Amino acid sequence: MAKTVTDVICPFCGTLCDDLEVQVSDDGTKILEVYNACAIGAEKFLHSQAKDRITRPRMQQEDGSYKEVSYDDAVEYTAQMLAKAKKPLMYGWSSTSCEAQSVGHELAEAVGGVVDNTATVCHGSSLIAIQDVGIPSCTLGEVKNRADLVVFWGCNPSHAHPRHLSRYSIFPRGFFTGKGHKGRKMIVVDPRNTDTMKMADVGLQLEQGRDYELLSALRVAFRGEDLPDVVAGIPKERIYEAAEMMKNARFGVIFFGMGVTQSLGKNHNIDIAIMVTKDLNEFTKFSIIAMRGHYNVTGSGAVLGWQFGFPFATDLSRGFARYNPGETTSNDLLRRDECDAVFVLGSDPGAHFPISSVKKIAHLPSVAVDPHITPTTEISKLHVPVAFVGVEVGGCCYRMDNVPIESRKVVEPPEGMMTDTDFLARVRDRVVELKAQAPVGTQSTAEAQGA
Amino acid sequence: MAEYLIKNGFVFDPVTGVKGDRKDVAIRDGKIVDSVSSSAKVYDASGKTVMAGAVEVHAHVAGPKVNEGRNYRPEDKLFGTRVKDSKDTRMTGGFSIPTTFKTGYSYAKMGYTVVMEAAMPPLYARHVHEEMRDTPIIDQGAFPVFGNNWFVLEYLKNNELENTAAYIAWLLRASKGYAVKVVNPGGTEAWAWGLNCLSVNDPVPYFDITPAQIVKGLIEANEYLGLPHSIHIHANNLGNPGNFQTTLDTFKLAEGYKANNKFGREQTMHHTHVQFHSYGGDNWGNFESKADAIMDYVNANPNLTIDTGNVTLDETTTMTADGPFEHHLTELNHLKWANVDVELETAAGIVPYVYSPDIKVCAIQWAIGLELALLAKDPMRCFITTDHPNAGPFTRYPRIMKWLMSKESRDERLNTFKHADKVISSTLLAGLDREISFYELAQMTRAGPAKALGLAGTYGGLAPGMDADVVVYDINPEGPFTGDDIERAFTDASYVIKTGVPVVQDGRVISNGNKRTLWVDAKVNENAQVMRDVEEKFLKYYSVSLKNYEVQGHHYIPNPYAIEVDATSEV
Repeated sequence: MAKTVTDVICPFCGTLCDDLEVQVSDDGTKILEVYNACAIGAEKFLHSQAKDRITRPRMQQEDGSYKEVSYDDAVEYTAQMLAKAKKPLMYGWSSTSCEAQSVGHELAEAVGGVVDNTATVCHGSSLIAIQDVGIPSCTLGEVKNRADLVVFWGCNPSHAHPRHLSRYSIFPRGFFTGKGHKGRKMIVVDPRNTDTMKMADVGLQLEQGRDYELLSALRVAFRGEDLPDVVAGIPKERIYEAAEMMKNARFGVIFFGMGVTQSLGKNHNIDIAIMVTKDLNEFTKFSIIAMRGHYNVTGSGAVLGWQFGFPFATDLSRGFARYNPGETTSNDLLRRDECDAVFVLGSDPGAHFPISSVKKIAHLPSVAVDPHITPTTEISKLHVPVAFVGVEVGGCCYRMDNVPIESRKVVEPPEGMMTDTDFLARVRDRVVELKAQAPVGTQSTAEAQGA
Repeated sequence: MAEYLIKNGFVFDPVTGVKGDRKDVAIRDGKIVDSVSSSAKVYDASGKTVMAGAVEVHAHVAGPKVNEGRNYRPEDKLFGTRVKDSKDTRMTGGFSIPTTFKTGYSYAKMGYTVVMEAAMPPLYARHVHEEMRDTPIIDQGAFPVFGNNWFVLEYLKNNELENTAAYIAWLLRASKGYAVKVVNPGGTEAWAWGLNCLSVNDPVPYFDITPAQIVKGLIEANEYLGLPHSIHIHANNLGNPGNFQTTLDTFKLAEGYKANNKFGREQTMHHTHVQFHSYGGDNWGNFESKADAIMDYVNANPNLTIDTGNVTLDETTTMTADGPFEHHLTELNHLKWANVDVELETAAGIVPYVYSPDIKVCAIQWAIGLELALLAKDPMRCFITTDHPNAGPFTRYPRIMKWLMSKESRDERLNTFKHADKVISSTLLAGLDREISFYELAQMTRAGPAKALGLAGTYGGLAPGMDADVVVYDINPEGPFTGDDIERAFTDASYVIKTGVPVVQDGRVISNGNKRTLWVDAKVNENAQVMRDVEEKFLKYYSVSLKNYEVQGHHYIPNPYAIEVDATSEV
């Protein structure tokens, strides 16, 4: 016999599907099957069942081998490292719960760290654009119930957010969209002929790096002004056609991804995409939504926002929160040698940062907290495995449209494994102890200014 | 047993009718008591003013739009960042949209101990509660928005009162909400198609119901349930010249209804930030105050309470569930616009705004806010707010108090506007000599809002048995003092006790207190139709499943204070 847990939240991508069903062994220790999830989501659940999973912290030795240590030792090492550091980088936070983020921020405040999340190499440019020009947006349910025109710009949900199209954007039948995908037009803009592009009513395969020009051309076209014959490799007739479709939509939405946020132009691409959306609200109703990657990167931005006022790259080292992308962002700090320790939780910079930054991490005192073995854990001095959030422990997560959903625990973690939150809380408490007994002169800048 | 004695201050308490007598206030175990033992900790309040903790009836301090405001305005942190009060307090930042920690500390320093979050989109209720959890010291509740909710629109269109009430009870529980908030009824649903409802009779697209029907239906449902607070409304047509007529039309919808509740509440409608709804003229050129017409109606109709929405003349961040208004505003000032439409429920918009004393309209708005309070005959029905952060940040309350309590201070401001002559000729303020007294201030900021919220037995007074929220301000009400002395004294209280715990001393936070989250647990008869409708809407139209909707658990509400209402009836 097995029991089925329903309405399970998928802790993989920002789509945050909440309709999974997971079959669990009677004793609640094993996941037998995962229903309704995409291939990536199902794998996330099943991977927690791996036989060779690391279940205890391990310290890297001089010869590169690993030695298992206790959680107590791991807490002590991490607390000592952070308490001694003048300006530790505390990076990640996107694959964990808001509870853990919150405790992490208390810890960061105590040690005067810099808290940065994966937006720094992902949608950080979108956040900067929003700070420049705002953002007219909506929830994904609005798209499902009302949208008759959907634009995917620089994103490929067929692969990166596999259930987005079926749950929210293209296929579902909503209240005012009873015909489902037959009642929706789909425009895809991408330099590649992606699987999403292949489904489009209008596919605009533009020249790479020319997104700004094409978005600008749309703004010209909305106003009925003249365009050059070709913009960004697209003939002007097709641009006028797309512009008319957008103006004549009843409710339109633009989804955009890393194709525009991290290619030439960066935040400026998003600036103008938002202005395109704002323009369209002169004619009809239009929204724009970022296709956020990690399942709770949005939550990290939210918790940072209400606790410190900034969505990423938040420097607490001076006793108050500062934010200056380009200065307080992880890669800039690492490459300028500004941080003297690195703490990673809920992300894998080893796989995603430039190699020059990764080398810096490898040479610094470093701790990686992650259920998996990753490139980051391999270059960190200490790897602390923890329970999987959304599988072995619950917690609040924010979907790409900022909707918070409480993830569920479906199975027990392997015996004796700590959660993110527990580990962070113990390190925090230990740091507070260490700071209380620290001799004069070793206190962090944060403390000096706060006292 | 924790005992405190606040000795020998000038006490102002509308609940016990004390008007500035020198008295002691005794506290034991979190409650006001008649007397305490000799071992009580004594605070000498000689020469100072003593009041109950203040009650905020309407502020946007937690939730998705507030946080979007914080995150999209890093520049706001340039104005309000301070070093920590002590090693036990958290870092703070922000001016018009402060961080949650700063929100809690700033309210506490001004002597506020209860703060109502004015608009909670139910789908985002978890977010609101997470922020309130991280707002220290003050007790808080949040008002879920109902005025554009599809269930409500459908039930009211069919005159299904009991179903509306059952749905309200269900949603209050699911979102852990406190009251029925109505924002631009029907207009925000229309906004989902880029439209609006500008009068109480404009039909809502598709749903074919009018704002008037929505408001009347929600009043009926609210009184059917006997909720502690009345409906809390932000009417149609906010912010437009000539809108006072829409406001009066909205007020009139509450005529003929009688408050039904066990909490001592008398009104059936609370209209919020009335300043934004009291405009005459028909364009920005002949824009003028209609505060007199509005207050004539309010003074004559005891079934109505209002709050002012005072403009503070600051750079601030406007945010409201009135989505179409924010779009209108960004067209007006061309500053960055954020908007979120929320499936089946509501919407919200955000636009920064600079209320400049050099702009005639802003100065007239400033005058109107003050006129409303000065024209109020019953201070128990007119409360001071800034609709934080819409007309200005709540941290400016002491400055508004200065303007209300000192004719000299407000005339000094009025006469030095760039367009002073035009402002004076378009408003009534120059002719108003009234100065709000300390006792009236206690009515407008303590006893009045507490009563309107149905919390008169707990907050806003110093009668034995009430919660021990007590504030000492360093000002001698017998004088002499200047307007600036008033502002200074009410900014940084000398001493604040919240539910029996000292939290502020000499303007510094000394404890993170014992914060509680208020919500209303309304019991109704089992209603199979409503539950079927709920299940169907979640299955077909929501983007989350029903089982993932309700806010539950310690993470969101670590210290709940549920107020129970029994609206079950014999079948």
